[in-house]
Amino acid sequence: MFWVKIQESPFDAEIPVLDQQIQINNCGAIVSFKGIVRGYDEQEPLSHLYLEHFPGVTEQEIERILQQAKEYWPIESAIVIHRVGRLNIGESIVLVMVAASHRKAAFEASQFIMDYLKTEAPFWKKEFFQNETSRWVKAKESDIEQKKRWQLPS
Amino acid sequence: MIKIRYFGFLKEILNLEEEQIEWPQGDSQALLTYLRSRSDFWAESLSEQNIFRLAINQKIIYQTSPISSGDEVAILPPVTGG
Repeated sequence: MFWVKIQESPFDAEIPVLDQQIQINNCGAIVSFKGIVRGYDEQEPLSHLYLEHFPGVTEQEIERILQQAKEYWPIESAIVIHRVGRLNIGESIVLVMVAASHRKAAFEASQFIMDYLKTEAPFWKKEFFQNETSRWVKAKESDIEQKKRWQLPS
Repeated sequence: MIKIRYFGFLKEILNLEEEQIEWPQGDSQALLTYLRSRSDFWAESLSEQNIFRLAINQKIIYQTSPISSGDEVAILPPVTGG
C-alpha cells in the first residue's frame, strides 16, 4: 500500500484506522511521524499558517519520493497525508507512516520521505503572526543539508 | 501562445496568478531570460535563488527543456512544506 493524500481537513481521527490498514503480513514495525504547526517562528508568536500547493503535481512528486524509498529500503507500505489551506497552531500538518518487516528500514525510510518531502514537494507556507503581519516562509538551508545525508545512487 | 502560472510568494509579489504570452519557440531558459528582461523588478523577482524549478504541462523538469506553443509552464519558488 503506497498512497498520498492532500487535504484541507484534519487527519488525526483517521490515524487509528490507517494504523490497522498499513499492517500486512510479516510487518514487524510501523513508524509514523506527525508534523505539528508550531506556535512561533523565531520567537514571533504565530496566529496561523496558510499552505498553498500545486494540485496534481504535488501528489506526483510525493509518489515519486515514496517510490524511491521503496527502491532503497525493504518497506511494505508507506502513506503520506499533507494538509493545505488554513492551519491553526497546534494542528497536525503532515503524516508519514511506513511499515516494514524490521524497524531500521521503517525508521530510515520515514526520515528519508520527510527530508525529501520538505525539499522537493511543491508546498508553500505563509505565516500569519499575532501582530497581524504575515510572510512567506523561506526555504531553510538546514533542510537542504538534511537531505544531503542520503547519499543514494541516482 | 503559452500559459505561465506563478505560485507562492512569486504569485503575490508579481500580483499575477497566470498569464498567456506569445511564444514562437525556445527552451525553459529562454523563457526565464525573456521574463527577466521585462524590467529590473521582474529580473529581481525571478532571480535564480527565487526559483526552485519549472513544471511544463504539470511535470516538473530537472534540466532545460523545450517549450512549445500550447504548453503550460509553472514557475515554482523554493518549497517550504512539511
